[in-house]
Amino acid sequence: MPERSTSPGLSPRQVLITLAALAAVSITAFMVIGAKGSWGFVLPFRGTKVWGIAMVGGAIAVATVLFQTITANRILTPAIMGYDALFRLVRTVQIFFLGGLSYATLNAQLQFAFETVLMVGLSTLLFRWLFNRAARDLYLLVLVGIVFGVLFRSLAGLMQRLINPNDYAVLQDVMFAGFNTIDKSLLTVSTLAILGSGVWVWRLLPALDVLNLGRDNAINLGVAYRSVVSQVLIIIAILVSVSTALVGPVTFFGLLVSNLAYMLIRSHKHALILPAAVLLAIIALIGGQVILERVFGFDSALAIIIEFVGGVVFIAMLLKGNRK
Amino acid sequence: MIRTQAVSRAYGDALVVDNVTLDIPAGGVTSIIGPNGAGKSTLLSMVSRLLDMSAGTVTVDGLDVTRTPSDVLARRLSILRQDNHVSARITVRDLVAFGRYPHSKGRLTAQDRHQIDQAIAYLDLGALANRFLDELSGGQRQRAFVAMVLAQDTDYVLLDEPLNNLDMKHAMGMMKLMRQAASELGKTVVLVLHDINFASWYSDYIVAMKHGKVAAQGAGPEMIRPEVLSEIYEMDIKVHEIGGQLISVYYG
Repeated sequence: MPERSTSPGLSPRQVLITLAALAAVSITAFMVIGAKGSWGFVLPFRGTKVWGIAMVGGAIAVATVLFQTITANRILTPAIMGYDALFRLVRTVQIFFLGGLSYATLNAQLQFAFETVLMVGLSTLLFRWLFNRAARDLYLLVLVGIVFGVLFRSLAGLMQRLINPNDYAVLQDVMFAGFNTIDKSLLTVSTLAILGSGVWVWRLLPALDVLNLGRDNAINLGVAYRSVVSQVLIIIAILVSVSTALVGPVTFFGLLVSNLAYMLIRSHKHALILPAAVLLAIIALIGGQVILERVFGFDSALAIIIEFVGGVVFIAMLLKGNRK
Repeated sequence: MIRTQAVSRAYGDALVVDNVTLDIPAGGVTSIIGPNGAGKSTLLSMVSRLLDMSAGTVTVDGLDVTRTPSDVLARRLSILRQDNHVSARITVRDLVAFGRYPHSKGRLTAQDRHQIDQAIAYLDLGALANRFLDELSGGQRQRAFVAMVLAQDTDYVLLDEPLNNLDMKHAMGMMKLMRQAASELGKTVVLVLHDINFASWYSDYIVAMKHGKVAAQGAGPEMIRPEVLSEIYEMDIKVHEIGGQLISVYYG
């Protein structure tokens, strides 16, 4: 684990520099190690992959930290709360009603834009309703999130059983993506969406720091609480849509990088935590990919390992009772 | 002046605050007392726009709290509630610095830093300034949050049970500080208190609530009387004059 090399005594600035260096090393290693044949082919080919992985990792990291800030906890992530199950339901419903052929021939970018807008609408509605009712009780929130996740998955599952086998094949193709099969036609539009969200987050940074103090103190300090939380929910929906569309669902990865970032940075400032989480995501995904694929010769097992470690961390944190 | 007009708050069928019309005078220390479940904290939450009212309006210096932009209100009125759970790692100094957010939106000026240092000193937190909140005791954390509210430097300061978790020395220090803020800095301090002797000793004006309504209100000496207090708390309360102050005795 490259993260271990930074001791807790470092200042946030030093941590960020170290992480940036590690990320650069990971990316270089990924581009260079084990390359056979013409560099003119290898570099652009691997470059696209690195680009996609970095975008997805960054999106998940930022979405997780934002979600944890507005829910004032460090255990819940958008994935655990059923965000990507909702996204998959949206996809299944489309194929269910349009049929596989017309779905597959739709303009990918237009369709992606449509899905993202739908996702933003649905999740904002759902989570605003949820926050007004259950936000004060963490365990209730976890429970409701899991129940909704199951509901979305079951609805999607039901529809998947009702459609004909050809449509199902199309669906399978768009559902079970992985870090190795990033959909390249979406990369440009995803990058724009992610960078746009980044600028948006940048403008919200001071208010986000205040949200750390909880709803009541944030209102006391003059943060337009409802407006800021709604904006953050929209940003999260965009980021989750993008990452799920590109690589499919990853449940515990966000939890892992957000908590590592809190641990290493030891500050409440989002201007420090968010870059750290993004860099950690890049190191974990790209560095991990290098080690597994190039050094040990395993293929596509990284997601499983990350999910396993993240899952263990999740259970450990739940058992610890989120006392902090 | 804080003015509530026919303010009510219902949860389902239960009216927690029932048609309260109340003027809290500007300047001085006003304490809100009353038994558990009387609606004191709920009223304070509505006055400070943390909770929407079911009916009625609240104005602070003529500003309607539900319509005035939150950041405008944040420079005029501050509120601290009882439970302040923070999951992020924040030092005492950073927490107090948040009090300047309404004025500087996260970019501290020299004057902000001066106010922060002053608030830390007022609450005797100098030695703890660089400690993280999760390393402090309940009372120390409570003082850190009060320091944040002081750094906010608003005309109106609303505190919901500020003496919770505090030992005698710091409870007294807190009340002296509030008195000082009222008399020297001209602030209006509104407190929800459970200890009627603290209310008697340090407040200019006392409002007693019971069953969601204002049961009685008046200057200290009018309120700290056996017949008034016994009626409010439904128990036998005797009042003695000790050193020129009215002290209630209700033990045994």
